[in-house]
Amino acid sequence: MSRHRNVRSMNYSDEYDGYDDVYGHSVEDDYCVSPSVSILAEQFLFDRNKQHNISSYITEDDIVEEDETQEETPLPPSYKRPELSVLDATKLESCIEAIKNVVGDSIPESTLTENILKHNLNSEAALDAILATTSSNNASEKPAINQNNEDLLQGKKLTAKPAVPVLLSSPAVKVIPSATRSVIKGFDISGTDGDFLNTTVESPRSQSPFSGQTSPDIRRKDIKTVSSKSNTPRCQSPAVEQDNKSKLNSKKLDAISLFKNLRGDIKEQLHLVVVGHVDAGKSTLLGRLLCDLGQVSSKLLHKFQTESKKIGKQSFAYAWVLDETGEERERGITMDVGHSKFETATKTITLLDAPGHKDFIPNMIMGATQADVALLVVDATRGEFETGFDSGGQTREHALLLRSLGVSQLAVVINKLDTVDWSKDRYDEIVEKMRVFLKQAGFRDAVPFVPCSGLSGENLVSKSKEEGLIKWYNGPTLTEVIDQFKCPKRPVDQPFRFSVNDIYKGTGSGFCVSGHVETGMISTSDKVLVLPHNEVASVRGLQIDEMPVTNGFAGDHLVFTLTGIDQQIIAVGDLLCDPQHLVPVTTRFEAHIVIFAVAMPITRGLPVVMHHQSLVEPVVLKKLIAQLHKSSGEVIKKKPRCLPKNSSAIVEIETQRPICMELYRDVKQLGRIMLRVGGSTIAAGLVTKIY
Amino acid sequence: MKLLSKNVDKNADGDITLIPEEPEDLWHAYNLISEGDSVRGSTIRKVQTESSTGSSSSNRVRTVLTIKVESIDFDTQACKLRLKGRNIEENQYVKMGAYHTLDLEQNRKFTLYKPEWDSISLERVDTACDPTQSADLAAVIMQDGIAHVCLITSNMTLVRAKIDQNIPRKRKGNVSQHEKGLARFYESVMQAILRHINFDVVKCILLASPGFVKNQFMEFMIQEAVRTDNKVILDNKAKFMLVHASSGFKHSLREVLADPAVVSRVADTKAAGEVRALQAFYTLLQTEPARAFYGKRHVEKANEAQAIETLLISDKLFRCQDIVTRKQYVNLVDSVREFGGDVKIFSSMHVSGEQLDQLTGVAALLRFPITELEDESEDSESENEDEK
Ligand SMILES: Nc1nc2c(ncn2[C@@H]2O[C@H](COP(=O)(O)OP(=O)(O)OP(=O)(O)O)[C@@H](O)[C@H]2O)c(=O)[nH]1
Ligand SMILES: [Mg+2]
Repeated sequence: MSRHRNVRSMNYSDEYDGYDDVYGHSVEDDYCVSPSVSILAEQFLFDRNKQHNISSYITEDDIVEEDETQEETPLPPSYKRPELSVLDATKLESCIEAIKNVVGDSIPESTLTENILKHNLNSEAALDAILATTSSNNASEKPAINQNNEDLLQGKKLTAKPAVPVLLSSPAVKVIPSATRSVIKGFDISGTDGDFLNTTVESPRSQSPFSGQTSPDIRRKDIKTVSSKSNTPRCQSPAVEQDNKSKLNSKKLDAISLFKNLRGDIKEQLHLVVVGHVDAGKSTLLGRLLCDLGQVSSKLLHKFQTESKKIGKQSFAYAWVLDETGEERERGITMDVGHSKFETATKTITLLDAPGHKDFIPNMIMGATQADVALLVVDATRGEFETGFDSGGQTREHALLLRSLGVSQLAVVINKLDTVDWSKDRYDEIVEKMRVFLKQAGFRDAVPFVPCSGLSGENLVSKSKEEGLIKWYNGPTLTEVIDQFKCPKRPVDQPFRFSVNDIYKGTGSGFCVSGHVETGMISTSDKVLVLPHNEVASVRGLQIDEMPVTNGFAGDHLVFTLTGIDQQIIAVGDLLCDPQHLVPVTTRFEAHIVIFAVAMPITRGLPVVMHHQSLVEPVVLKKLIAQLHKSSGEVIKKKPRCLPKNSSAIVEIETQRPICMELYRDVKQLGRIMLRVGGSTIAAGLVTKIY
Repeated sequence: MKLLSKNVDKNADGDITLIPEEPEDLWHAYNLISEGDSVRGSTIRKVQTESSTGSSSSNRVRTVLTIKVESIDFDTQACKLRLKGRNIEENQYVKMGAYHTLDLEQNRKFTLYKPEWDSISLERVDTACDPTQSADLAAVIMQDGIAHVCLITSNMTLVRAKIDQNIPRKRKGNVSQHEKGLARFYESVMQAILRHINFDVVKCILLASPGFVKNQFMEFMIQEAVRTDNKVILDNKAKFMLVHASSGFKHSLREVLADPAVVSRVADTKAAGEVRALQAFYTLLQTEPARAFYGKRHVEKANEAQAIETLLISDKLFRCQDIVTRKQYVNLVDSVREFGGDVKIFSSMHVSGEQLDQLTGVAALLRFPITELEDESEDSESENEDEK
């Protein structure tokens, strides 16, 4: 573009006064001045400069890095198993299960499958083989790596200034020989082929300090390298390398033991999001559940009943427990996520009642990003299930979103069975359709199904007395099903990351910021860094469910009271993080995306809305880098003209303003994105490279 | 734009004198003037005078200058074009070769001399001087907490105000902060509408949002207008039209303009036509990829085969500094027309023009498929690659 031609919104105060925009932003927004993209870049420069002072927060506690290309379970369609008979497939399933019990999730399924098949579906033999390769590789090659890293450190100490990271940034001097690349993966030595993350070139930046800290392989922790982030002008830290290994390790141990101390004795906490097509009866079901569990006083319920009757919405009385705003009650539609809480035999459940209406999917996504597990509610009424399930309905879209957002434990509630006279045939028909679909969508574990009626309260808390139902059903109630969900592991030993979901005035001084702790832990009196604005704030207080607490841990829904920062600076979608362990801030990154059943092909230049945890940003697909084979991850075509539906690709995405981003392999929660156009989800992606 | 005189001879060199009348006309001027052209217009120049006593004083004089343009800045805010270049006509105040910045504004005459008036430029003059072109439309595109107040003229979409406010969410047992935040947000949007939309000119205001935001806002605005007895809003109530949009971000304007209800209500705007044309391109790319191509190289190849039925091209490409490149695009347009193809020049100031710019700026729908092209990589558009 021409340097000399710029459309801009200059404010020549002398020549054009009389214009004072009370709304902060002057007339042109950034996007609109598109003829001069370069101006935008300039606008953002100030941010870069600002970022320099990050260095003042990085003192000595630099980051221990494991140079690890961790394998991840690919998105559902990316890895396809070989064709097998039904019997073999089941056997294979159980073998994988058995092996995973031993090795955890550290080895990609592709490898497992390969090995298992090689050993004729004998899990013992396969496991032996897998472990053998793992340890031998580790043993033989590890010294080499240490050596390499030693060198790196050496170099660093000698120069000890920001120039050093160049060592890492230039591929030419990348010390770790590619041959050993597989080795540095700790346990995950074999089976790189099936994993798409490996198909991308590694950038220096991509070696985030975060790598693989979930890995059980503690031995790796002693490998130190410079935080690769210090290459970028944004965070030119003096990066004084200290012997911080022990410090960091002990910090981690502290976090784990503190977590055990504080939370070991109380019931496990689980965040449950309830999703489904509009009017499936989610709010009613949950309202009824809370009433039956005694969480709602009968006086309040009575009030809801009379008041809803007054506006002719009597059937929504239970839904009012969660639909609290005037607008929601008037229209009988949930618009934003409703929160509540109850206990089952072994767990404390935080409920998130998501809206089902298509227009409120952004809010549903926000709810799902905070959840550990999900309930998918479908309406059994004839015709209604079909509307929700067919293309354009939200039953499918919600399920795909859940899967792509990493919520893999799911139960399906078949609701409103009262409207079909508790017909077993109808129930079976729906179960069958859902089972097939969920399997395709990538929900691997057997998904439980529960028949019930939210309105009449059948089979929610206590066994049903309804003749029509108990004739053919004697399985668990909804509460029992919820109780059987497994609590996911909480990554409390990683650096602190928290995504901001809501900002409001508190009662005392300061203001409140609520959201979800993605990783790590935080204590009152800590300091946090607000990104991407790069401002430090002090934690005045912490609350969980309106109760003051001293610590928050990964997985918690936490409310901060912050001081020392202007409330206006913080926005929904920002991240709070540990001032010593920054999250990369960028306007450009690469992602591996899987495209859904889109109506229009995807080309470069497409403006889309990106969801990244709580953040909702307009972005542009700047480049289509390569189209990949869906199962093998091989490059089919470089720079494709367009991407058809159900394909898979590496793309470059550009945002208008800087945002926080992590690589998927470092922090899964912060490395997932959803792309939406015109109200439908077109793709889900994983961040593979940050520029 | 008013055309005062036109002296363009057979060799295509010559000058045209114009008076911009509306903000839009400056956009046309911005697209007409290239580096290397000469522009003559009246301007104010600071002049230093030294009196006989040796004390110097400076005063401003109005004078007419002719400069050879070196750089062009378009200020959409003030609606001014700033041309920078060297003086090429000796003048009592300004020496030859001295630098000067000439501002073009509404209602101020200027004369543009071009060594070569090509078809694109001449066409631009014609469109600019066509009085039936302007159909004034405003759009407020919003979602909870975000709103864009835009003016849509035939060649420009101008965001006049962007409102980005945090609205606290509903929390268990506490919705008052949410509802207050919402009211505050609506109030800001309403003020922005009153401030930026001239109801005498604008014929229709599109209120677009997902969900019920638009309805709620409309209700709020009418209530407020009744309460404060705001005649402007009350008298123009019928000009508001509620439309669905999937988000409050500006690019959702595409959906709004393509909405059949909008198309039938407001006269067919250039903006809406562009949205449809781009849509048609994507549809063809989906159904018959061998008939839809983008990128300079592919499109030129298709043109060589005389295959182009419709050419979509962004006006940004004609503002290219490099004369050779500009000429290539002009030739492309001329040749497509010669073979009976339709050419749609997109304004890069509209949402679909922005998108086309991102898509290399040029795309074509073909009469017949050219499968060979599909396999060739489109690598030549280096000027787009190097943009950053
Ligand atoms: N017959 C019958 N009606 C039900 C049942 N559950 C809910 N309904 C009715 O279905 C309608 C919608 O219920 P909601 O609870 O608001 O549905 P929702 O899924 O929360 O809807 P959104 O949140 O707007 O997506 C209400 O009129 C309920 O009375 C049920 O089990 N049986
Ligand atoms: Mg609801």
